[in-house]
Amino acid sequence: MAGLAAVFGSGAMTNSIPEIENNDVIFVIGSNTTETHPIIALRMKKALRKGAKLIVADPRKINLAGFADVWLQQKPGTDVVLLNAMMHVLLKNNLIDRVFILIRTEGFESFKDSLERYTPEYAEKITGVPKNDIIKAALLYGNANRPGIYYTMGITQHSHGTENVFAIANLALMTGNLGMESTGVNPLRGQNNVQGSTDMGCLPDQYPGYQKVNLPAIKTKFEKAWGVKLSKDAGLKATEMIAEADKGRLKAMYIMGENPAISDPDINHTVSSLKKLDFLVVQDIFLTDTAELADVVLPAASFAEKEGTFTNTERRVQRVRKALNPPGQAKEDSWIISELSERLGYPMKYNFTEEIFQEVGRLWQTVAGINYRRIEKDGLQWPCPTFDHPGTPYLFKGGFPRRKAAFTVVEYKPSKELPDEEYPLMLSTGRHLFHYHTGTMIRKGDALNSIAPEAYVELNPQDAIHLNLADGQKVRVSSRRGSIEVKAHITERVGKGMVFIPFHYREAAANVLTNTALDPVSKIPELKVCAVKIEPIKTGNYEVRTKKL
Amino acid sequence: MATLTIDGKTITVVEGTSVLDAARKLGISIPTLCHHPKLSPYGGCRMCIVEIKGIARPVTACTTPVSEGMEVSTSTPYLEKLRRTILELILSDHPNDCMVCEKAGDCVLQELAYFYGLRENRFAGERRIYAKRDGNPLIERDMEKCILCDKCVRVCDEVQRVRAIEIAYRGFKSKVCPPYERDLDCEFCGQCIRVCPTGALTGKKWALKGRQKDIKEVDTICPYCGCGCNLTLNIRKNEIVRVTSKEDTLNEGWLCSKGTFGYHFVNSPERLKNPLIRIAPKSSEFGVRSSELKEKLQTQNSKLKTQNSKLFREATWDEALDLAAKRFREIKEKHGHDSIGALASARCTNEENYLFQKFMRAVIGTNNVDHCARY
Repeated sequence: MAGLAAVFGSGAMTNSIPEIENNDVIFVIGSNTTETHPIIALRMKKALRKGAKLIVADPRKINLAGFADVWLQQKPGTDVVLLNAMMHVLLKNNLIDRVFILIRTEGFESFKDSLERYTPEYAEKITGVPKNDIIKAALLYGNANRPGIYYTMGITQHSHGTENVFAIANLALMTGNLGMESTGVNPLRGQNNVQGSTDMGCLPDQYPGYQKVNLPAIKTKFEKAWGVKLSKDAGLKATEMIAEADKGRLKAMYIMGENPAISDPDINHTVSSLKKLDFLVVQDIFLTDTAELADVVLPAASFAEKEGTFTNTERRVQRVRKALNPPGQAKEDSWIISELSERLGYPMKYNFTEEIFQEVGRLWQTVAGINYRRIEKDGLQWPCPTFDHPGTPYLFKGGFPRRKAAFTVVEYKPSKELPDEEYPLMLSTGRHLFHYHTGTMIRKGDALNSIAPEAYVELNPQDAIHLNLADGQKVRVSSRRGSIEVKAHITERVGKGMVFIPFHYREAAANVLTNTALDPVSKIPELKVCAVKIEPIKTGNYEVRTKKL
Repeated sequence: MATLTIDGKTITVVEGTSVLDAARKLGISIPTLCHHPKLSPYGGCRMCIVEIKGIARPVTACTTPVSEGMEVSTSTPYLEKLRRTILELILSDHPNDCMVCEKAGDCVLQELAYFYGLRENRFAGERRIYAKRDGNPLIERDMEKCILCDKCVRVCDEVQRVRAIEIAYRGFKSKVCPPYERDLDCEFCGQCIRVCPTGALTGKKWALKGRQKDIKEVDTICPYCGCGCNLTLNIRKNEIVRVTSKEDTLNEGWLCSKGTFGYHFVNSPERLKNPLIRIAPKSSEFGVRSSELKEKLQTQNSKLKTQNSKLFREATWDEALDLAAKRFREIKEKHGHDSIGALASARCTNEENYLFQKFMRAVIGTNNVDHCARY
């Protein structure tokens, strides 16, 4: 999000989900949409039925690739080269929007020069994508009237993730494909309320509404509203907190509904860092792996047991309603926070949940026009500054918040850890359809777990032959940071030299292997590329071991 | 545009509109079993037959486009007699077991049989007898109750684009099944259950949990990915019995496997029910990892009792909150505001996240608050 915010002045989906069906070209890059955002994928399929063309760029032959007019199988971590080469083709074919560039952007000249060396031939060498496919994809996008770009963590979870996002933004800017219905750049947010938690200021350098903590006027506004002095220093990002805890400088943590002991990269390091804390409070609905490390565990209510709002990936604020009473003594998170706050001498008194949202509206004009009555049936998309404002399905109609959007020169940087002789395979991680994130929720219910009960590693038949592995065989996957044991799943979904492991399974947690290398701007870890090796586990030995256990 | 009259009422609609849609716009209800507004017209059940002046025989309203000057009758004694016969024919090959059917009270076929007052059946005869033998864990497929309306086949093909099922065989032997009559092996989105007009397709996990009349419906938002699908939780006795979605929502009534079947965690016996305070010393080995986790998973059910008792004791809210407040205050005084950090949750509501960051900023006095969008 940091990337998009830097270019446009706002980092969210530019368009809304219903608009997808009117795209005439859909470009999906680094998103396994049918599995991670199934209902958005349905809209894409609806668009295809209406005649839209589909470009898919993904190292794996994901389900959506079967629907694609062009499928670009780039090597993991080479997205910048692929995108730059597409832009090179657009430039050569004069498929750029000169008026848009002139009026609404800056920095085009130097950017244009930087594309010179990214010829389709060069890109074929680096990305492994045939140059004709790159040209075909570029022309499809360049000739479209209402193209939409969709991406997720396949773009951002790299040590150069922000640059990947810049490259996508450049593509949309040079073709003028922004600020119109069904036309834009759309990062699909992975969790029900990621958009909301960032909107609400759960960011170390920003108050609610992306208002910077280091701007004195903003700080004063919040000090006045909250009646206390506030810190002027930006805080630590999640990944930095773990590092500071390891060094002994961060002494205590309060973790609400999060399971970094499974979702972080290199979780062995995360766990040892969390163990060093003097005091850890974890507030969750289950005794997660993170909660097991805590000094105090506070039982919280689930989504079905409370009132409030979620904001989805298209900035739509929707009502969450209480359907059940929480089990035992479990309480709503808002109750717990208020009680803790009161004990520390700062009472937070609200008569009902909506009062909290009203307070947000007073501090952030963008949502000031939203109240629970207006979203009783359908949600509203921010910006919605007044009570008679209908909400905003697509952004930048009248221009960018930072007036002119800037082109960014993006050069190819290889991923931090590439395969070598010792670790010859490239590992990527992700989700699959029947599970979700760290599995604390789905894996508690037997229904879906029974369809996909076991972790696996996807590997190409050619690599399997080379390693002398059979489908379904137990293997040990190791990186420089650790090793896990999983079943081999031999499939052409992954290209040669690449393997894929879903990260949902705690007993074979893929994040034991992953690299903590961070993107320098967004501090997102490089979960999509690291080097691993695979060894067969001899059946005989394995049986002896299980007996011992 | 074309102007026509239906049952004496005049309406002007876009060319290409079906007679059925035009009638519904006028508020005239025509019974249907195989029609779904988001699927292509099928004309299979024949319940929507209407008479059009100048056309000798009744035609199906769902597959007949309007034309200028058309005069349509939707309910005449002749049409009602035909509909009654069609229903009788369908019911002659349908189990008479509404009393134990999951769908009773929410079944289009039952509803129509009620309105046409069908108790006796002139066509009682041979029935299709199928053994229920589907190995999948989620979708119950009782093909004896199937009326071959083709909605499940169309939704799987046209909306989900998976094509997991098709109508196999011909005539009396026709049957909806996966290729080679194997067990269902699909995305388990549950779209087919949502469109099924009878009890042929239901969720295995919601069997015997309560029929629609016992259910309280609560509209809310899905807790999984960022699509923001609108869910309707079906609640009975403080338990989620099943999850449905309304058609006039952002997600057009469609859900994925997680939205449809991923609700069991809410009523899981493993939910935390009391505040816990650590009793195990911090230095000891805890939080076992990868290799040992396999073992742990096997004993997951007893985990709370064994693992917990070694690590934690149950406490009251006052004890737990007092302890947390005391330790935060001590650490803040000894090491400064910025020695405390916090992670908020993309699972929690806007209101909770707002309070959480306000707590860290206004009460603890640090900006060390972040969330998990980076993973």
